[in-house]
Amino acid sequence: MNAEPILEISGLTTVFRIGDGEIAAVRDLSLAVATGETVALVGESGSGKSVTSLSIMGLLPRGVGRIAAGKVQLRRKSGELVELQSLGGEALRRVRGNDIGMVFQEPLTSLNPVYTIGEQIAEPIRIHLGKSHREALADAIQRLEDVGIPDPRRRARQYPHELSGGMRQRATIAMALACNPTLLIADEPTTALDVTIQAQILDLLGQLQKERGMGMLFVTHNLGVVAEIADRVAVMYAGSVVETGSVARVFSHPRHPYTKGLMRSVPRLGTATLLKEAGTPLPTIAGSVPSLMNLPQGCPFAPRCPYRIEACSEAYPKLADAGEGQLSRCIRWQEI
Amino acid sequence: MSHEFFLEVSGLGKDFAPVAFTRGPVVRAVQDVSFRIRRGEVVGLVGESGSGKTTIGRMVAQLIEPTSGSIRFDGVETTSLTRRELRRLHARVQYIFQDPFASLSPRMTIGEILMEGLDIQRIGSKSERVTKATESLASVDLPPDAICRYPHEFSGGQRQRIGIARALTLAPDLIVADEPVSALDVSIQAQIVNLLRDLQMRLGLTMLFIAHDLAVVEYVADTVIVLYLGRIMEMAPSRALYASPQHPYTRALLSAVPSPDPSRHTVRQILKGDIPSPANPPSGCVFRTRCPVAVEACANVVPPLREGAKGHFKACIRDDLD
Repeated sequence: MNAEPILEISGLTTVFRIGDGEIAAVRDLSLAVATGETVALVGESGSGKSVTSLSIMGLLPRGVGRIAAGKVQLRRKSGELVELQSLGGEALRRVRGNDIGMVFQEPLTSLNPVYTIGEQIAEPIRIHLGKSHREALADAIQRLEDVGIPDPRRRARQYPHELSGGMRQRATIAMALACNPTLLIADEPTTALDVTIQAQILDLLGQLQKERGMGMLFVTHNLGVVAEIADRVAVMYAGSVVETGSVARVFSHPRHPYTKGLMRSVPRLGTATLLKEAGTPLPTIAGSVPSLMNLPQGCPFAPRCPYRIEACSEAYPKLADAGEGQLSRCIRWQEI
Repeated sequence: MSHEFFLEVSGLGKDFAPVAFTRGPVVRAVQDVSFRIRRGEVVGLVGESGSGKTTIGRMVAQLIEPTSGSIRFDGVETTSLTRRELRRLHARVQYIFQDPFASLSPRMTIGEILMEGLDIQRIGSKSERVTKATESLASVDLPPDAICRYPHEFSGGQRQRIGIARALTLAPDLIVADEPVSALDVSIQAQIVNLLRDLQMRLGLTMLFIAHDLAVVEYVADTVIVLYLGRIMEMAPSRALYASPQHPYTRALLSAVPSPDPSRHTVRQILKGDIPSPANPPSGCVFRTRCPVAVEACANVVPPLREGAKGHFKACIRDDLD
């Protein structure tokens, strides 16, 4: 990595209390995001991708989820290095919305229905940058314009319900960018949107990230979206990163059987017709994602894995270096 | 005598009245939709939000009444049936829902869920109903002991299998599958799509498959209908639609699907603007406000659905595009 990292996570383990015990929703995760870089965290439900983003932001449900081990280091706008996992409420609030911008999946739940769009975008500007009401509102209108909302002055006076889904997501992006953060965390920001609107939002995020040189951590379940927006990718399964590297490398030469299986099962336009005419079923991954409460011994993917050997069920595999920045948590990566 | 076209929908329309106590406009959810399904054929109905795809599915399944037009089922007009006749028809059309968590009652065992339709229709004795339920469980690859368990004991993919099994117990003539895989993870989606395709071939099911994702429909559908704001934009045999889409909206929709293959990144065409509200659709062609090739004439008339190549219909006046 040549650019300096804005975010550096090492050995993050996040646990949730279930009954009398604890389960690890994220296990020994290390990841770095550099200035001007987009890193995607991709996985299916229960893989721990959203828990990772909540852990970074200190938004784990209190009393239920906690960071059990590891470090989350952020370089603030001022250049100061802070360890987010050890910051308390007030100190963390000064970072969130200021140095880190956040965009979530459902724009209607992340916007407050009783405040106008303009007031909501102005709020972090007043709080973090100490601007007056009037200045903050002017900034908010500018942000709305930055995210391609036509007639921003009128939109700023409207309430969330008066905007379409795509417009609302643009507004939450404007809010995330209000204080010029160095890091943007986008957790499934296009999942609730129609494909034609998703294309617009991806285009917008890519463009904003380039213009501002922000680091972006993009959480998604959609491999197509990853290929579209990210430079690097970390593939998660049952709480662990199973493979990581540049998108070009990981997607064209996956070195983990799960990544390979996922890539094969993504429906691709045009190819299904050929399979159908040949009478071949669509490629799938057998079985289903294991429950975190009941993880198999050793490699969590082993029960579904076509490459499984006995050794797989003995020990939890380490991340092996497959060269050119590609890491795979598979003892047989060389054969894949 | 059975008819060549099992389902014939013509001039179908549905208006939704404004929300009570408001003076909002009437929402024109579906307008002038006509299509036919042969026995054993799978028709894919694709569109974004507000396209009317679910509304059409519900009208076909007789869950809501059309405002205009006709739905003929095996040659019989269904829009004027009595309640009793309607109930008999319900046994012949079954629905598979999108959300496998919301569509299965948490208080009923899988057996009760599977036999409810048979009970309502008074089909068979108690033991015959159990046999039927076990058979449909087997056809979706679930073990027979599932019958006395509850929905929460199953994963999302397994629950969707239960939803499919429920639709199969009545041995329906037509299945309306409304986004059956949209709520599932990628690795599970393909399993369910394979299962539906397999059942369709084995049992000769006739199916209306609703989805917002063109890629998901391709493997199951023989014919694909692309909807936008309540109207049909394009309708063609699946192969032709994916190989040579004719309508500018279909082209944009295909181009908007992000591909996971880094090498296959072509220049994408990004549609500008939002989908207009179905309460206030544009005049003429409903797609014209976002269409990259719209001309003035598009605002004047609703373009009729015309046949170009055999079986390939489009509703667009621009015939001069490649």
